[in-house]
Amino acid sequence: MKPFLSRPARDPAPRAESAPQAVKLQTRNLNFYYGKFHAIKNVTLDIPQNKVTAFIGPSGCGKSTLLRMFNRMYELYPDQRAEGEIIIDGENILTNKNVSLIRAKIGMVFQKPTPFPMSIYENIAFGVRLYEKLGRAEMDERVEASLTRAGLWDEVKIKLHQSGTGLSGGQQQRLCIARGIAIKPEVLLLDEPTSALDPISTAKIEELVTELKRDYTVVIVTHNMQQAARVSDYTAYMYLGEMIEFGDTDQIFLKPNKRETEDYITGRFG
Amino acid sequence: MISRYMKRRVINTVNMAIAVLMTVFGVFWVVWILWTTLHYGIRALGPQLFLEDTPPPGADGGGLRNAFVGSLILLGIAVAIGTPVGVLAGTWLGEFASRHKKIGASVRFLNDILLSAPSIVIGLFAYAILVDPLGHFSALSGGVALALILIPVVVRTTDEMLRLVPVSLREAAIALGTPYWKMVTKITWKAASTGILTGIILGVARVSGETAPLLFTALNNQYFSVNLSHPIANLPVVIFQFAMSPYANWQQMAWAGAFVAVLFILLLSFGSRRLLSRETHRS
Amino acid sequence: MKGSEAASRAPLELHAASEQKSAGKTSVVPADFLFRSLTAFFAFVVAATLVAIMGSLVLEGWPALRTFGWKFLITSTWDPVSNDFGALVFIVGTLVSSLIAMLIAVPVSFGIALFISELSPSWLRGPVSAVIELLAAIPSIIYGMWGLLVFAPWFAQIEPWMNDHLGALPGIGVLFQGPPMGIGMLTAGIVLAIMVIPFIASIMRDVFMITPATLKESAYALGSTTWEVARYVILPYTRTAVTGGIFLGLGRALGETMAVTFIIGNANNLSASLLMPGSSIASVIANEFTEATTHLYKSSLLALGLILFVITFIVLVFAKLMLLRLDNSLEGKKA
Repeated sequence: MKPFLSRPARDPAPRAESAPQAVKLQTRNLNFYYGKFHAIKNVTLDIPQNKVTAFIGPSGCGKSTLLRMFNRMYELYPDQRAEGEIIIDGENILTNKNVSLIRAKIGMVFQKPTPFPMSIYENIAFGVRLYEKLGRAEMDERVEASLTRAGLWDEVKIKLHQSGTGLSGGQQQRLCIARGIAIKPEVLLLDEPTSALDPISTAKIEELVTELKRDYTVVIVTHNMQQAARVSDYTAYMYLGEMIEFGDTDQIFLKPNKRETEDYITGRFG
Repeated sequence: MISRYMKRRVINTVNMAIAVLMTVFGVFWVVWILWTTLHYGIRALGPQLFLEDTPPPGADGGGLRNAFVGSLILLGIAVAIGTPVGVLAGTWLGEFASRHKKIGASVRFLNDILLSAPSIVIGLFAYAILVDPLGHFSALSGGVALALILIPVVVRTTDEMLRLVPVSLREAAIALGTPYWKMVTKITWKAASTGILTGIILGVARVSGETAPLLFTALNNQYFSVNLSHPIANLPVVIFQFAMSPYANWQQMAWAGAFVAVLFILLLSFGSRRLLSRETHRS
Repeated sequence: MKGSEAASRAPLELHAASEQKSAGKTSVVPADFLFRSLTAFFAFVVAATLVAIMGSLVLEGWPALRTFGWKFLITSTWDPVSNDFGALVFIVGTLVSSLIAMLIAVPVSFGIALFISELSPSWLRGPVSAVIELLAAIPSIIYGMWGLLVFAPWFAQIEPWMNDHLGALPGIGVLFQGPPMGIGMLTAGIVLAIMVIPFIASIMRDVFMITPATLKESAYALGSTTWEVARYVILPYTRTAVTGGIFLGLGRALGETMAVTFIIGNANNLSASLLMPGSSIASVIANEFTEATTHLYKSSLLALGLILFVITFIVLVFAKLMLLRLDNSLEGKKA
């Protein structure tokens, strides 16, 4: 394991094992609008550091929308608007001027694999070059480390300079994860990362997610409740833009406090 | 990392500013050209423009009646030849070519090349097959040259519009026992008619400004003529001749002609677009 | 979509085939056969036109090509009086004016496409696209006339500045020396650039717009700027189609006649300076064809037409193949 990946470089506070509830992201009274449509309503929650937090809920409940607020993806679209606060390391993400630096700190992996139209190597190096000027050897090392971390190195090491689009769906998705972690983020956002993949690739990604939480704070959106139960430490159930219940995954799945959550979990929803 | 970030921000801002500038640059030419045409054109506009024929060199007064009429005749010939040929050829591509995929793809390919072929070459071809063998320039050969430019436009839109007609509509017609030819002529042509009409109008708009293919086919004629086997006055060639001339009256008349031509073309373009968007909104 | 269409077409074809088998029994069948043959005939006519154009130009240009041989392509004499013809001046003029046009039009079109697809607020997208497309609707004769009577006199005032500043540069300086007449190779190139911008820009805009949103988003998610997304993700993703669009524009520029005829200056000799008048293949044909009195003169002009046709044919075929590759890859993705 390369040293840089075992511990994020910019992590200022030493990690205290006795304080597992250290909070990485705090959201305060988040509201989100698509034009006039009110998609997220007054969401307040704390996302713990070095844990996997899952957002679940029926489609259209706002879970992806909430995820896309964390790196201000919505700004690409003119009629989308956010209100409230998302605090990371004491700074409000939503009002920070340096959106590019925010995104360096918070990586994202999308529903469908999105390899860039360039080689596997370049796919990783592209993001790194945005922030750092590395020599050839250092860059090689970084690419190898990221691919190793994403469990892809052995499969692609002989074809690093072939196009990234030639890989299988599962490999492409792991390439995207490698690309995300190569720029040393502190948080990883995963937006239904396995919904376009076959069961075997899904299992690999899930395994990877569990491993990644040692170094990163992971937030995953999934429509698959079993997946949430398998990989996450905390689960948030959302419905119609509201945060219905947020808590320990075991508690949410075994003894939910709210009736709505129980109905959804047990499939009596709707 | 911060300095690298600032550098990237600066590069981005500069490049985006250039993109905006390029857009302004593009719009600037449109405005300049159209404004000039409007400015000079309107000054020479008047009833005599449509009532009198082209004046001899250096003379005052006169109009462009013979050129307008000639151009309309040439467009008429082009539409009369180009529409049936283009629609039928496009119908084969849209309705029957799915059984001969390779041939269909080749015909489409050649048609697209023809669509972009230099119009002066089309003019040379019309000269070679009509003017040279018959021994004289003629309105007919000019009309044929324009038809050759119109055809690929019509073929392409017919093909595309027919392929947009839902398969279920065809199946419904066939299920009633309608013969294939009747299905095409009564059902799919009708379903695609607005699109095909738009294609024809856009084609006419394009063809009506074409000058190069008329230079050595329809030639020009100082006098009013409707005889198809004689040279005929037409707006583009008259504009060419008058604009290149040293006579102020001729140049002014060229602007007036240019104004009318641009107006005609823009009306056709916008009209056809309105037609199409109204159709798509309705369905 | 494609697959379901093919599947549902199959019964129709069976139906048509069974009708054909029973030919003669009903009157419906010959009508179907006739209709299909009629449309097939015209499709064939359209395809054959291109071959016929090539054939007739070879035939008509043959006397000149036979008389001068390969030297026709590489000599720069064009002397109707002594019946001695070479195409070099016009080939060079065509290529140079088109090259200037592309040097200007490609970056401008890229900027416009970038603005429309990535920067413009959505309410401005439609109007800007429409205005740029207006450039394509304006007939070339208007460009020529405006170029000669409005642009060239204005440009003639810029040219002394070019003489002084660019003309003094080592190496490329010679390109910008010469009398400030306003007309000439450079003017022709600039006007050609304006004429092909809408073609290149609209293709670039279309393919930029269909670049998948998730691909752009994942580049933005890494913290890329708009420029970085455009340069490193959108442009490589759309590379073949952009190349196709550029070559389509080049094909237009090479064959453009009237605008060039007005402003290129119509001089039948080669000159190193871009400010000097020149001629293109299309402009010399437009100017001299009706005046060509001898058989060889006319044949030489037709041979020039053949050369132009062959050059544009190659460029357009290349452009088309590039654009087809995009269509195919899009269809592959849909399936």
